[in-house]
Amino acid sequence: MKTSFKLNGKQVQVETAPDATLLWTLRDTLQMTGTKFGCGVSLCGACTVHLDGMAVRACVTSISMVAGRSVTTIEGLAEKELHPLQEAWIEEQVPQCGYCQSGQIMQAAALLQANPRPNREQIVSHMNGVLCRCGTYVRIVKAIESAASKSEKQ
Amino acid sequence: MKTEETTAAGSTITRRRFIATAGSLGIVITAGSFVPKFLMAKDGEEIAIDPQQITAWVKLDKDGRLTIYNPAAEMGQGSMTALAVIIAEELDADWKLVHIENAPVIPETYGMQWSGKLGGPMITAGSRTIRGYYSNLRQAGAQARYILMYNAAQKWGVPISSLKTEPGEVVNRDNNKRMTFGEIVAFAKIPDAIPQIAEKDMKRPENFRLIGKVLPRFDVPLKVDGSAQFGMDIQVPGMVYGAITRSPVFGSTPTLLNENEVRETEGLVDIVPLDHGIGVVANTFEQALKAKRKLQIKWSDGAKAEKFDSEMVYADYHNMVHDDSLKGKELLNTGDAANAIKSAHKTYDWEYRNDFLYHARMEPMNAVVSVAADGKTAEAWAGTQAPDADQSAIAEVLKIDPSKVMFHNCYLGGGFGGRQVEFSAEAAVLSNKVRRPVKLVWTREDDLQYGSYRPISLQRMQAGVDQKGNLLGWRHYIAGPDQRLQGGAVPMAYYKIPNQYVELRLTDHGVRTVYWRSVSHGPNKFAQEAFLDEIAFDQKIDPYQYRRRMMLELPRHLTILDKVATMCNWTTAPAKGRARGIACSDYGGSYTAGVVEISLDRQSGKIRVHHVWAAFDAGVVIQPDNAIAQMEGGIVMGISSVLNESITFKNGKVQQSNFHDYPILRMADAPESIEISQIPSSAPPTSMGELSLPLMGGAIANAFLKLTGKPLRHMPFTGEKVLAVLEG
Ligand code: FES
Ligand code: FES
Repeated sequence: MKTSFKLNGKQVQVETAPDATLLWTLRDTLQMTGTKFGCGVSLCGACTVHLDGMAVRACVTSISMVAGRSVTTIEGLAEKELHPLQEAWIEEQVPQCGYCQSGQIMQAAALLQANPRPNREQIVSHMNGVLCRCGTYVRIVKAIESAASKSEKQ
Repeated sequence: MKTEETTAAGSTITRRRFIATAGSLGIVITAGSFVPKFLMAKDGEEIAIDPQQITAWVKLDKDGRLTIYNPAAEMGQGSMTALAVIIAEELDADWKLVHIENAPVIPETYGMQWSGKLGGPMITAGSRTIRGYYSNLRQAGAQARYILMYNAAQKWGVPISSLKTEPGEVVNRDNNKRMTFGEIVAFAKIPDAIPQIAEKDMKRPENFRLIGKVLPRFDVPLKVDGSAQFGMDIQVPGMVYGAITRSPVFGSTPTLLNENEVRETEGLVDIVPLDHGIGVVANTFEQALKAKRKLQIKWSDGAKAEKFDSEMVYADYHNMVHDDSLKGKELLNTGDAANAIKSAHKTYDWEYRNDFLYHARMEPMNAVVSVAADGKTAEAWAGTQAPDADQSAIAEVLKIDPSKVMFHNCYLGGGFGGRQVEFSAEAAVLSNKVRRPVKLVWTREDDLQYGSYRPISLQRMQAGVDQKGNLLGWRHYIAGPDQRLQGGAVPMAYYKIPNQYVELRLTDHGVRTVYWRSVSHGPNKFAQEAFLDEIAFDQKIDPYQYRRRMMLELPRHLTILDKVATMCNWTTAPAKGRARGIACSDYGGSYTAGVVEISLDRQSGKIRVHHVWAAFDAGVVIQPDNAIAQMEGGIVMGISSVLNESITFKNGKVQQSNFHDYPILRMADAPESIEISQIPSSAPPTSMGELSLPLMGGAIANAFLKLTGKPLRHMPFTGEKVLAVLEG
């Protein structure tokens, strides 16, 4: 089956099985490996990408659902410079193993899109679906708060 | 197909050759336990190196760029950067010009320090990396600096003693003339003799510019834009995908019942029987998963684990630790514990339990192996804690020499112990069968159900005290499987306790167990600290003061304990409905004390940890912010394991399968704050990665005791168990 959609601003067409998921299409067919596989059943958030600006789990998003729509992955989150969240992530030295962090950043970016100045509770409830085994949660909250306050100042 | 004769991906060094960066000149500076030798190569020239004699740690280019070779696995602990900092410090490098590459897999040269010498296995485990490489890497850096100064001295015709270095430059003290390291490379010659630099000629800790300063980690930028390559991310031309269904009861062997049906799966390349499972290889991973789902397998009967039921086994353990006719392995015996307890004013005797735990690394196991068409060489990529062991395992599958396997270690999406070998060996079997590059991926269910777990255990704790509550004797019996994983964490160097006896009574259930972050410290420190707290509670002594009493003659430990008490304002009561608990631990020569503040939802039995404070002493800390990150990470993983995590077996089968029934801590349940304080020290560096986790079992149980007057003695402290304790 052929599917066309926008990936990080560029039109792409892929040939896959009709029941292929967005996750494995991104990773294997399109060789965009920034989006991670963690559980395959929407429990960990490692595969989080944006579909028309909304955070979705790519592992349970079938390729047919993205036809004609716009997908953004960690590779396309920022154009030239880093996204303010990526900068904050470096500033706070958030990642340890780093495997969950694409999903964390994509989930956080969708939050700031909708709510540029979230409070702590809003951050925690929005981010709760993305697991981090290395235990970087405290720094993730700090990084989101700092990115939000910086973009507000600008 | 690539072979050993080409370079590692992006690397300028291989098992046999050092390749100078094109258009520049490089020096390989060597160090280690051998007579130092030095090599130079010009403009893209390749020179042979003898792995028996050469340990190449750094390469310096004409433009001043310094490449430092990292021998350790980077799994989130940050040692990749810290090791480079150690070399760069002594070399007096300009940190901006430092670049880090993974060292090739040559254990003879890059292996961990083992009985005093480098050249042990290339294993990243036991929080040994920094302490294991520290002195050798300082020497490497100091010798590299010597070479640069020697050459500058020759050039200027001045004695070497008139020179000093500043970051990235050699400076003549007399006239302030300067030469950058890169400029020196252009004419550098290797001196005939390189002295071993004595400790007194190295930098004193107070002059460190890089060690102990906050430097960003090298790998962090790659982990925020998706470009870091984990094993899972490797793509090789012509690659196909593998998946395996493994024994549900460890030790049972498979018979495939529907081969023809599985062969009809679209995209199927082959079916590969293994001793412990059936593998399928297909053109895409999703096709491999479809084929895997179709597999109908009959498993053999008679495996040892077949009747194992982990919830029932505690009753056996209870009997084992109360049976005086049994004698296990003695782990500690000082004085006469039996008599001291017998004649004590008051005695205590309680049991503590710990369920099996799963690692739950966010990146499931995987490997890419590409066996050459003739089966005589292979190239492999995976994230492993022991690349040389993976390399050997692949070689063993192919019956070739390990040097014929070019192994590339990748970033690990979590290590936490035991992430090594088996996925590489499996991928080698699959690739050998289809003679194409195969990416083997374990699903989360595979990873969880065919895990190797932190073992179950039961601890019987006995103590006798005098009229003031002072400990007179202490006995600790441990029952459970796997001596490697149960027998540690026994001494409590930070408490003065007379008359101690500790014994391990081993069992074997035929299930898979392996190192899990902090190993025996998780269960054993929980038992020690919770038991101590219960004694203090019964004696109506403040638990901080009770510990303090046993530390009065141990100033180093007292400093840590007092520090954390100050940090959390121990003497000021927390808000209503909250309570604090305190615990101490150690790991690999480092010491820590921590406090948690909890609340309890009495409806659901759910414990919430709001704040954590910890102080630690780990000698010289190379990367302080990263050390704090390790403390934070261990605390969060510790809370997760203490409150939520349990693997149970029924009829030898693991009952959990994914994160819905093996819940690891989510952000909403993480502490609102974690405050860490490092006690300054100039002692050589000790361990960081596993230090804080063992605090959590004790500290949370102790806070709960304070809050409710009831002890928690069985980890994890799930809502259900907590309610049972509250009602009991
Ligand atoms: S892989 Fe999609 S949520 Fe875990
Ligand atoms: S950084 Fe390792 S899982 Fe989040």
